[in-house]
Amino acid sequence: MTARNRELLGLLPVSLLVTGGFTAVYISRQSVLDSATLTYGGVFLVLCLAMHLFIRRTLPDADPYMFPLSALLAAFGLVVIYRIDQDLARQQAGWFLVGIALFVVTVLWLRDVRVLERYRYVIAAVGLGLLALPRLPGIGSQVNGAYLGVDIGPISFQPTEFSKLCIVVFLASYLMERGDVLVLGARRVLGMTLPPLKHFGPLLVVWGAAMVMLIVIRDLGSSLMFFGAFLALLYLATGRLFFVLSGMTLFVLGSWFTAATVGHVNERIDIWLDPWKDAQGSGYQIAQSLFAQADGGLFGRGFGESLLELPNGSAIIPAPHTDLIYAVITNEVGLFGAAAVIVTYLLFAERGFKTAELAGDGFSKLLAAGLTTVFALQAFVIVGGVTRVIPLTGVTLPFVSYGGSSIVANFVLLALLLMISQGAREQRRARSPVVGS
Amino acid sequence: MNARIYRLFGLVVLLFGLLVGFTSYWSVFDAKGLEHNPQNKRLLLEELRIRRGLIFAADGTVLARNRVVGQDGSARFYGRIYPTDTLFSHVVGYNFADRGRSGLERSHNDELTGNKDEFTTLIDELRGKEREGDDLVTTLDPGAQQTALQALAGRAGSVVAIDPRSGRVLVMAAQPDFNPNRIPDEFGTLNRDPRSPLFNRSTQSGYPPGSTFKVMTATAALDSGRFQPNSVLDGSSPKKIGGVPLSNFGNEDYGPVTLTTALTNSINTVWGRVGERLGKATMYEYMRRFGFNRKPHIDLPRDELRASGVYDNGKLLDDSDAVDIGRVAIGQERLLVTPLQMAMVVSAIGNGGALMRPHLVERVRDHDGKTVKSLKPAEESNVMKPSTASALGAMMSKVVEEGTGTAAALSGIDVAGKTGTAEVGGTNQAWFIAFAPVTAPRVAIAVTVERTTGQGGTIAAPIAKQVMESLLR
Repeated sequence: MTARNRELLGLLPVSLLVTGGFTAVYISRQSVLDSATLTYGGVFLVLCLAMHLFIRRTLPDADPYMFPLSALLAAFGLVVIYRIDQDLARQQAGWFLVGIALFVVTVLWLRDVRVLERYRYVIAAVGLGLLALPRLPGIGSQVNGAYLGVDIGPISFQPTEFSKLCIVVFLASYLMERGDVLVLGARRVLGMTLPPLKHFGPLLVVWGAAMVMLIVIRDLGSSLMFFGAFLALLYLATGRLFFVLSGMTLFVLGSWFTAATVGHVNERIDIWLDPWKDAQGSGYQIAQSLFAQADGGLFGRGFGESLLELPNGSAIIPAPHTDLIYAVITNEVGLFGAAAVIVTYLLFAERGFKTAELAGDGFSKLLAAGLTTVFALQAFVIVGGVTRVIPLTGVTLPFVSYGGSSIVANFVLLALLLMISQGAREQRRARSPVVGS
Repeated sequence: MNARIYRLFGLVVLLFGLLVGFTSYWSVFDAKGLEHNPQNKRLLLEELRIRRGLIFAADGTVLARNRVVGQDGSARFYGRIYPTDTLFSHVVGYNFADRGRSGLERSHNDELTGNKDEFTTLIDELRGKEREGDDLVTTLDPGAQQTALQALAGRAGSVVAIDPRSGRVLVMAAQPDFNPNRIPDEFGTLNRDPRSPLFNRSTQSGYPPGSTFKVMTATAALDSGRFQPNSVLDGSSPKKIGGVPLSNFGNEDYGPVTLTTALTNSINTVWGRVGERLGKATMYEYMRRFGFNRKPHIDLPRDELRASGVYDNGKLLDDSDAVDIGRVAIGQERLLVTPLQMAMVVSAIGNGGALMRPHLVERVRDHDGKTVKSLKPAEESNVMKPSTASALGAMMSKVVEEGTGTAAALSGIDVAGKTGTAEVGGTNQAWFIAFAPVTAPRVAIAVTVERTTGQGGTIAAPIAKQVMESLLR
């Protein structure tokens, strides 16, 4: 079977999930749902098919699983969003359209990801600029104490979602070139390989950037995601665990210091350590998240059956369609459904790393691994926050959460990965003609 | 570099494993704990989806009903309305999703929500039957309750009236009270109010009983056979009780008097001496028979009840502890009693010595009006011989006829009662306990008023009179 036929087959479970999920939600919430809303699922499936056809034409050899896996996540999210609010589901389906459009533009316009290497400093500047946007007066907006959003007229978006792509592209390209220098002149002290002191420079610079970010946008989750991706790339480029360990230590020390000085970050950590102290106030979000998960149990309440609203119509779980969507998923489809979502992320990560492994050149390797890491870390940061593994912060669950920026940025991420995969598999096929039997 | 990529993937597997682990913990392993976490209102919200049963007074007045407050999909949410506002605030209680529940709404929640045994619930669910609660028919008398609240006239205190023959609670009124309909908005304010309006003084407040406790001492004295109503004791004042001098009210010296006279005039030195001669063991035996030293078995939530007895720093003392029993006998020492307990004391005397278990709900009806459960009167304990009870009745009649309790006298109906005035930090705790009619009692009542300047006879007895009048005519 060819790669593209596998991909088409992979879309089968997606269509089953969308059909079954929408039907289940519609049946249990018939009294408040408009029958026309059932078409949102149909629109989504048509978009999936269109995207498959586009990939078939432009990236025939690319990894056949990554797109169905992201479509599966998106389908899961769409059903849950539909269950929360039919209008949000319509908008989300619209965002898929925009995301796919940007996917097409990325593929057609870039052609080859290696082009990006040339513009790495421009890209880095764009990435950092995007990060700073939410703090700019007039357009920046603060949500729950963190500065993650930007409002320009009617348009509002989350620059971190795009910034993560820029930063990973820059780091991959920079470390590709300078990675070796960091290892040169290393000495072994007490069984550990210590790089020369001057090479700590870049590490300190990025660490500093992460700390500034923590202070400027006040979001521990995003900082963790960015710095984690940096450490992963640093490790891949140099193979020196020492860098990673000292980086982690620096990060922990830095966040500890920031937590002690920046009130918002401190509060987030306090809530994480003891959400019950003020479960009706600052700890409300995480407490409700845990209650929703407990209510789900092993198999969940079923699509459309969980309790989301108080009798007065206000939400029990705050931000059920974005930050806390994972809690709603656990509530409705239980531990099994939630574990299925996590396994889907894991499979996506596996395909991403596989792409990195197959990639022919260093930059593509680092870029594929970096994008995969930042994607996986984002899922970890928000699910970890919702399940109290780490402090809860405002990051979206990739492909699942409602949100234009998140959907569009992740489609671009998918485009980059599929392009790298196309390049790698094309080369392979050129070397050994017997493929796809 | 590929080996490094594998290791990185290994780390991702580990991190995601952690996520699955934590999700399992919250959703399965700790689910029970979270479900019953006091901050978790989900169970309460689930119950809001059930149409709760109604609560009725004995005469059919609706005390609690439902209204639709919201809709989520096909599920309706119901909220409570209490048509009688403040009238039964503490007894009926309240039930609101974000505030929890109290009173009968809490103690009879299973019936009100139709929470039958698991098997029946399962069958109903399979048959697609919507869960419906059963109605409660209470023993409460709205007219008399209204009279009691009006008579308290805003003074902090309580009135409890019981039918001594059955233990049916007719009146359970306390001030300050609250309007249960306003709980959703005013809970915080009410909860912080220093006057504690949410507190059910009838069952939760421990007050020094003062001389009303002499009725209990008299029961022990007569029923143990150690004394007769005409036994003569020394009523001089002051007199050493428990090694410390004790005086009568106004330090009046009565000389040698019978027990009947000693009760009529509430002579401390006589009853103190009686208590000492009976001893701790006998006194405690009778206290226990009356229901002291444990929470009463009434159908209210356990934590809205308080055990009456001698307390030391919040700890209930037993006859094995050091207690000045002579002062306990006259209602002093560290004795703290609830109005309900004192109503039970007179109820037992009024019912020929048999204490009937007090109860508030007498029937549970399903939605079609069919009685699914009816509560038969049950004897809580046999406190004294019928002869003791009638002798006490005669002694207590004198109190109302010519003693300290004349303000409770009803024309045409004999009343047996006892006044009490306990000093609390410079103010008085006024008491009056009674039963009527003496020959065939239908009402046993306890009235108390906090922090007043008057006495039991002047402050509490008139309130008892009005409520008894309302119940007996």
